[in-house]
Amino acid sequence: MNIFVFVKRVPDTESKIKIAHNEARIIEEGLNFVLNPYDEYAVEEALQIREAKGGTVTVVSVGSDAATTILKKCLAMGADEAVLIKDDNPESYDGLRTARIIVQFLKNKAGDYDLLLFGKQSVGADNAQIPAMVAELMDLPQGNVVTSLEIEGSKGSVLREIEGASEKISFPLPAVVSAQKGLNEPRYETLKGIMAAKKKEIPVISLEELGLDKEAIKPQISVLKMESPPERQAGRKIEGEPQDLAKQLVQFLHEEAKVI
Amino acid sequence: MDFNLSEEQIILQQSVRNFAEKEILPKREELDEKEEFSYEITQKMFDLGFFAIVIPEEYGGMGMDYLSYILVVEELARVDACQAATVAAGNSLGSAPVYYYGNEKQRKEFLPELVSGKLFGFGLTEPNAGSDAGGTQTTAVQKDGKWILNGSKIFITNASTEITLGSIIQAVTGEREDGKKEYTCFLVRQNTPGYKAVPMHKKMTWRSSNTSEIYLEDVEVTDDDMLGKRGEGFHQMLESLDNGRLAIAAMGVGGAQGAFEAALKYSQERKQFGRPIGKFQVIAFKLADMATEIEAARNLLYKACWLKDNGKSFGKEAAMAKLYSSEVMKRVTHEAVQIYGGYGLMEEYPVAKFYRDQRLLEIGEGTSEIQRLVIARKLGD
Repeated sequence: MNIFVFVKRVPDTESKIKIAHNEARIIEEGLNFVLNPYDEYAVEEALQIREAKGGTVTVVSVGSDAATTILKKCLAMGADEAVLIKDDNPESYDGLRTARIIVQFLKNKAGDYDLLLFGKQSVGADNAQIPAMVAELMDLPQGNVVTSLEIEGSKGSVLREIEGASEKISFPLPAVVSAQKGLNEPRYETLKGIMAAKKKEIPVISLEELGLDKEAIKPQISVLKMESPPERQAGRKIEGEPQDLAKQLVQFLHEEAKVI
Repeated sequence: MDFNLSEEQIILQQSVRNFAEKEILPKREELDEKEEFSYEITQKMFDLGFFAIVIPEEYGGMGMDYLSYILVVEELARVDACQAATVAAGNSLGSAPVYYYGNEKQRKEFLPELVSGKLFGFGLTEPNAGSDAGGTQTTAVQKDGKWILNGSKIFITNASTEITLGSIIQAVTGEREDGKKEYTCFLVRQNTPGYKAVPMHKKMTWRSSNTSEIYLEDVEVTDDDMLGKRGEGFHQMLESLDNGRLAIAAMGVGGAQGAFEAALKYSQERKQFGRPIGKFQVIAFKLADMATEIEAARNLLYKACWLKDNGKSFGKEAAMAKLYSSEVMKRVTHEAVQIYGGYGLMEEYPVAKFYRDQRLLEIGEGTSEIQRLVIARKLGD
């Protein structure tokens, strides 16, 4: 099994995000960055498949030089190789653009592959576009937001979370699969893994080397404005006798919240 | 100057934090209450490599720098002093002396096990020899080509678990030419006849780490069991304590950080007089002082590690870091309990344990008084 896992560097979910004054960007200084948690499930799944069936796991990130830290982390977890596709525009919010870069990589540099794994979305931008777009552009079957993945010969099957139920689908390989929380429990990096990762080189590929023209690949989305979510209002207190309270509550749920 | 951690150190730090929060935190309270040493958590820490950090690769270690080791202890102590203590003693006082002073045969015999699943104690302190290590009463007398050990040791970490291989025992082996006692260290295996290591209980602090008394009654060892050369015992112990102090300082920084984070969170949630108590300057200023002192302690500790990793003299800075970090954690845990108010006195809230676990840091591996003595003596150098 030749597996590629696509990963992204994102702000730690526990970080407090601040927006730059009068600018449509978040302030990165002082933020702690980590491997996108959903991507971590994807890496873990790839490693488990490799341990069961052999093959290689290559992690790929489209990003700035800073992304080497998360690639090193993936190597420390046990990935065989890592590649950085250097992009000066790592947070363009243009999913199609990133998908095109990945597709170009798959066509020109990746060689053979059986499985393309992604996190279902990156925390931060949360667009959840890339896995589906890559699958469409490559004309590959896809299983997205999966909580279970099984590989049997040249076939894969997944459990997908859908509204109120789960759905089982199967498909021939190669295929695109994106990981949801619950797929597995990612391992801790061992010190041995960290030291082994230290010795591995991470090749850097430029967009030009992928045959992409900088002009043609310019982000098509411009972010006009960013705002912090409004502060949560204090809850409403209702007072009175129990019977009266119940009446008020039902009235609220029916007329204002419109849930009953 | 460069205050950046390396990529490997950042990954290590995140990995240990993640491990501590997922594997240790859920069991912390129960292990503490039962005063139970966790073989399960200890083996997991062995599997991740926490006991092999600075030992070179040829002996099964990781060959990492000292700062990496300190980061591991700090992150563990941020969640649980007891697990941090098992790791700190395992590295500083178990495998390190065997590696630094042992001969090739001893290294090959012990190190592969000490990095993968076994512990070793470090027998220095005695009932009548605490700060005054010169008061050591355990003796080793030569008889028929053997050494006969008699005496006892106390407060020895990791010395009486089911996975303990043995302990290093410092004993008086004679008198030096200058009239002072001559000390030599021996590697004594757990099953040696006459040797007994017994766990100590009813502890106020570090309750789920293993603390032991050791009794030696006509214990026979040979020259092959001697660590280094005859007469080097005192120097070996002093040097090991210099190293060990860095790990105790890391426990102070990590523990203070853990207590501070709990207090900060609580101050944002707890409301009195209609608003979160953290909004009152009297609490906000406490938190500002805590954060400032922790930052200062961490910088002092990392600098001492930097000195050691760069082959410079670090004894004074190690003593300073140990002294300062212990006392910072004292002030931080004191204020953390204060911020929690009545709940801070209840064991179901996390700050009580930090408060209790701190107390050891001013006593173990040289009391704060002894640290001041070490520092003062080096001021004239």
